[in-house]
Amino acid sequence: MTKRIIFGGVAILLVIAAAYAAFFIAPEERTMGLIQRIFYFHAATAWAGEMTFFVCFVANLLYVWKRQPKYDWLSVSSAEVGLACITVVLITGPIWAHPVWGIWWTWDARLTSTFVLWLLYVSYLLLRTLVEEPDRRAMLSALFGIFAFLDVPLVFFSIRWWRTQHPQPVIMGGSGSGSGLDPTMSKVFFFSVLAMHMLAAFLIVERYILEKMKSELDFLAREVETQ
Amino acid sequence: MKNLDSVFAAYVVGWGVFFVFYLTIAKRISNLRAELDRLKNTLPRAK
Repeated sequence: MTKRIIFGGVAILLVIAAAYAAFFIAPEERTMGLIQRIFYFHAATAWAGEMTFFVCFVANLLYVWKRQPKYDWLSVSSAEVGLACITVVLITGPIWAHPVWGIWWTWDARLTSTFVLWLLYVSYLLLRTLVEEPDRRAMLSALFGIFAFLDVPLVFFSIRWWRTQHPQPVIMGGSGSGSGLDPTMSKVFFFSVLAMHMLAAFLIVERYILEKMKSELDFLAREVETQ
Repeated sequence: MKNLDSVFAAYVVGWGVFFVFYLTIAKRISNLRAELDRLKNTLPRAK
């Protein structure tokens, strides 16, 4: 319990520090001005979301291979946290886009593939509510989760493969070698990425504990029924 | 300070989503813990 409180506290402090850095340490971008500061939160949350979906994907593969419930618990936990991250991305993106593009949304490759990703993981969680038998639910959702993850590389590479309304990459695949960001902006961005990953990890741990308790409850309920 | 309201809205709404998500987890854990305690008391050998 104490470790969880410390973990949560550190994650929250890092997120607050990242916001402080985004507002007060990162220099102002020349063309966009203040609105560009959304980038540190928006892009860092997107990276954290994609990482949690990767965790979900690995857990799904491990479940199919080993059939151990702990992998099912991890996959549903990371899918929910990833979905929360992508929800934030889909909200903060249009808030940035409206003043910059003059529109809230456009169906370009990046935005559309991200929206499809969100729908896929909503479907993943809905699927779990439709199957009552635990082993069958775990196997079906693991197979669907493996399929759903196929959209994650598509989201990542969409701005590299196609010309999109969404800005082209400034990190990992930007024009020229290395980052296209100012060094201070780059440091603030990677600090934000660290903070959002810590927050996502904390939420996954909390959600995993919940799933484990659900399993214990099911076991005890069966014990009570047999007596 | 052009677009300060948009930047503020993005951060507040974003943090709000995570905060509400965490609250739902904490509430569900609390409910499950109460239910687990109740069941453990029902089962004599689990006491």
